Amino acid sequence: MGGSMFVAPEINYTALLPMIIVFVGGLVGVTVEGFASRRTRYAVQVPLSVATLVLALLALVLLGRDNEGITAAGTVAVDGVTLALQGLVLVLSVLGLLVMSERFGGEQPDAFTQSGVSTPGSAEETLATKVGATTTEVYPLTLMSVGGMMLFVAANDLILLFVALEILSLPLYVLAGLARRRRLLSQEASLKYFLLGSFSSAFYLFGAVLLYGYAGSTRFSDIAAAISSNVGMDGLLVPGVLLVAVGLLFKVGAVPFHAWTPDVYQGAPTPVTGFMAACTKVAAFGAMLRVLYVAVEGARLEWQPVIAVVAALSMVVGALLAIVQTDVKRILAYSSIAHAGFILTGVVALDVAGVSSTMFYLATYGFMTIPAFAIVALVRSAGTEATLVDQWAGLGRRSPWIAASFTFLLMAFAGIPLTSGFTGKFAVFSAAVSQGWAWLAVVGVLASAVTAYIYFVLVVQMWLGDPGDAPGTVVVRPSWMTSFAILVGVAITLALGVMPSPVLDLAQSTAAFLR
Amino acid sequence: MSVHDLSHGLATLSLAAAEHEGGASAVHATQADGLAAFGWLLVALPLVGAAVLLLGGRTTDRWGPALATALSWGSFAVGVLVIVQLTGLAPEERSLSVPLWDWVSVGELSLSAGLLLDPLSLAFVMLITFVGSLIHVYSLGYMADDPDRRRFFAYLNLFVAAMLILVLADSYLLLFVGWEGVGLASYLLIGFWNWNPDYAAAANKAFVVNRVGDVGLITAMAIMLATFGALDFATVHGSAGGASDLTLTLIGLALLLGACGKSAQFPLQSWLGDAMAGPTPVSALIHAATMVTAGVYLIARSQAIYDLTPDARLVVAIVGAVTLLYGAFVGCAKDDIKKALAASTMSQIGYMMLAVGLGPVGYLYAIFHLVTHGFFKANMFLGAGSVMHAMGNRVDMRRFGALRADIKITWLTFMAGWLAIIGFPFTAGWYSKDYIIETAFAEPGWRAWVFGGVALLGAGITAFYMSRLFFMTFFGTARWHEDAHPHESPLVMTVPMMVLALGSLVLGVVLYPTGVITGWLEPVFGHAEHGEPLIPVLAIQILAFVLMLVGAGLAWVMYGRREVPQTAPEAGPLTRAARRDFYQDGVNDALFTGPTMTLARTSVEVDSVLVEGTVTGGTTGGLNGLSRVLRRAQNGFVRSYALTMLLGVVVILGAVWVMQ
Repeated sequence: MGGSMFVAPEINYTALLPMIIVFVGGLVGVTVEGFASRRTRYAVQVPLSVATLVLALLALVLLGRDNEGITAAGTVAVDGVTLALQGLVLVLSVLGLLVMSERFGGEQPDAFTQSGVSTPGSAEETLATKVGATTTEVYPLTLMSVGGMMLFVAANDLILLFVALEILSLPLYVLAGLARRRRLLSQEASLKYFLLGSFSSAFYLFGAVLLYGYAGSTRFSDIAAAISSNVGMDGLLVPGVLLVAVGLLFKVGAVPFHAWTPDVYQGAPTPVTGFMAACTKVAAFGAMLRVLYVAVEGARLEWQPVIAVVAALSMVVGALLAIVQTDVKRILAYSSIAHAGFILTGVVALDVAGVSSTMFYLATYGFMTIPAFAIVALVRSAGTEATLVDQWAGLGRRSPWIAASFTFLLMAFAGIPLTSGFTGKFAVFSAAVSQGWAWLAVVGVLASAVTAYIYFVLVVQMWLGDPGDAPGTVVVRPSWMTSFAILVGVAITLALGVMPSPVLDLAQSTAAFLR
Repeated sequence: MSVHDLSHGLATLSLAAAEHEGGASAVHATQADGLAAFGWLLVALPLVGAAVLLLGGRTTDRWGPALATALSWGSFAVGVLVIVQLTGLAPEERSLSVPLWDWVSVGELSLSAGLLLDPLSLAFVMLITFVGSLIHVYSLGYMADDPDRRRFFAYLNLFVAAMLILVLADSYLLLFVGWEGVGLASYLLIGFWNWNPDYAAAANKAFVVNRVGDVGLITAMAIMLATFGALDFATVHGSAGGASDLTLTLIGLALLLGACGKSAQFPLQSWLGDAMAGPTPVSALIHAATMVTAGVYLIARSQAIYDLTPDARLVVAIVGAVTLLYGAFVGCAKDDIKKALAASTMSQIGYMMLAVGLGPVGYLYAIFHLVTHGFFKANMFLGAGSVMHAMGNRVDMRRFGALRADIKITWLTFMAGWLAIIGFPFTAGWYSKDYIIETAFAEPGWRAWVFGGVALLGAGITAFYMSRLFFMTFFGTARWHEDAHPHESPLVMTVPMMVLALGSLVLGVVLYPTGVITGWLEPVFGHAEHGEPLIPVLAIQILAFVLMLVGAGLAWVMYGRREVPQTAPEAGPLTRAARRDFYQDGVNDALFTGPTMTLARTSVEVDSVLVEGTVTGGTTGGLNGLSRVLRRAQNGFVRSYALTMLLGVVVILGAVWVMQ
């Protein structure tokens, strides 16, 4: 053996094309930042990034299924799950990007600060405001993050998975700190997210090292082979699996690794929160499915109970803490923690139904979350987002359409029939029950009932509250971009509630991993 | 009257019954090809119209109404083309299915959505799209000055689409979608001028009463699902023979309850009179010609079930007979032109219900009467709208009179409708109603006397109250308000009235003696003719004619020749009761609304004292306490968060280590 000889791995570039397109789009976006004038940047960046995402989606749809396989020396798996989740990430990020691009026809400020690096209230900030600076860097940052997410769900190797994790996370840390209003809160959120994210990465790396020590390889297939051949170093295997899982559970915001979620969701610019909540969940759950189902499925007796307990805790703690919140964004944050628990219920099932129901739930959750945060960004008081529940009093009388859409989305969060929330919960709970996790489903149903309370508090406030109690709250008229995102989200939420069959079938037909 | 072959009557009936067993009960539809495969366009066109007008906002104000009208006509054109294709097929093959999509398939349960294009559904399609489109045209004139015109046309299109879903559905489930859709459209249109609290209340009343009926339909579907495991017509009707008598009777009664709600039949009739709050074209289309006949359609469509359950069918006939008389009596006492017409609608649908309650022979005549009624009643409602248009939107007939000179076209077209409804020989109404009376007289035993007698008596009363309405409006002396300046409506309104008037006069001759309607519907209902009536057919016809003359003559004496008081005079107890709809609202209040409200108030009381105080209070208090404890961990410090994570990791690893 040559030992030091490096053999270039065989890479199927066609299979990777969607990711390549997104990364190239991001790099072009960075270049645009350098060369385009301040005025033209927005006009260039928005179409560029949307076009990049659409092009990637086209490549995925047209070329994806013909190029399935494991490539790049076994580190990247392009299979049904990868394609489905990458497609989902792309569609959701198009919506998310449209919401981020909202400028209300120039009448209202957008969601992002003029100068992210300056200290709030400093002379630099004033100067940046005076010259009319904009933070169009958010577009390449978003594209980079999307690329990382796509790689995350395709990674078939612990090291690549880590690289993807960092690619998707770092832009998000920055994006979280760019809010135009309440900048200190935003920067604090960004820093918290970064510190805790690094902390969880450390856990992940430690786990990866242990697994490498156990299997002698970081490839998922090698780890699976090592487990099935029973090499007998369980002292390395079990902590390794659990620590790797911790890194992923942190990303989805599951209890007890959830503490960052409410603070970051609240502090980040609202459109970013929507994008983050929807897309990061898809990516992180995709990666988790692959690690748990492909790499360490053989050790399921060790990790299944842990994941089940984490799922139950997430549902319960998320639900309980949601009901005492008074801030709409924090309510949605805790709700996302509870939803992470619901999705984990599907993950625990560990069969094809588990995969398909998890993917279906991710789709339903994504399409209700982005429009929900988009609507939050529209409700304002004195130029700032009015995120207190009290400030939403009587919104139904001021803006019946917006209030009705939000009410419908809340119904979906609560899992009321005829919304996708119901079908999604039904799918994950039935998957869990069929694999003997009935108690988890019971906890889930009870937690749904508890969360429904806070959603209905909001609904009651919007429709029966006295508008006089919330003087100054106005709903800003959105441009077509936000309207489109809200409309699509609501329509899909309705469609998946009324006619889930086509998408459920799609999820089922793509639910097989390549190993 | 050459159609009736009296000597062969009985023999034919028994033969028909035998044929009927196997023939019509299970409809086997073949998959549609050619143009019929695009049958979904029937529904899609008006649905698109509604969507464009509702979502398009003010930009569609200018051309929206015209678009809605065009799309409604487009749907009619598709219907005609489908019928042309169907006539090219052998009669027993004229049943095509258009599968739409797989709706829900979970385990054993598989529900799909699809359309059924058969003679029955297409007869309705013709009625709905033709009359509906004419009323769209009429509304272009009638609603010309209404600022919310666009919304009105959007709702009209929505209604047409929903009604078409209702009649084209190939399963009870999809039928229910249409059923609720027309209910929604009806609600929205009754309350179209909802700035008037009374109108909004009328809309709510219609909505609530209809929900009572819906409970019946839902119950019927639940029983079907439990018994047959399916809701599509083919399966349910095909396997109905295997169900127990009790099950079938329950299904039949539950369906009837649904039909009573939608068709304003006793005891769920109270909403129809108030529903006249809607704009008059709405009354013509929804609350006379089409939607209110959906109950008759439901029962005719479910013939396979009713054929097997004579008890439920008898109840249908009784409900029809009761409503027939009820509506007729109420019609005699109303001074509001629209409410009198509404009462007459109720009564005429009573005829149809009675007919479907008479079994295989009756279905055909029920549908026939339904079609002719759709024409002449829509005609008269549009005429009433034209009168209101002339009289400054007033509806009190005591302040009309002598209008025939000023609004000649309205008068003449209205006369056509009047002749048809009172059953003047050879008009459309004469054909369809006379056959129902004859069929009723051909029932066995006491039923012939009761149902035949009621139907005959109803014909006489109908002649009286419709003539009363006609004479009070167009004859006698002018009792107008000072500011009334009667003027004829524009052509856009009168042309649809003329078309419908023509239909009121000739539709019977065109459809019946030629055998068009019988031949068309035979594949669905099977061939059946009624037996020997109790008294000879000729005698029935003469009796009916005489009663008609008596009724009309009496009306002429009382309201045509004699001066009509401008305010309603004191009257006897019967008239007073009829004026107040036989105290239907009082009865409903005492029996249902009152107790329900008491129950609601008690529940609130119990809820606030017992549940809120102890159960919820305890739970919420407990949960809140727990939340507060958990919340302490969420203190905003990164170091605490990191510590939480570390603790989590340690606990997980520790627990797994201990378990191993």
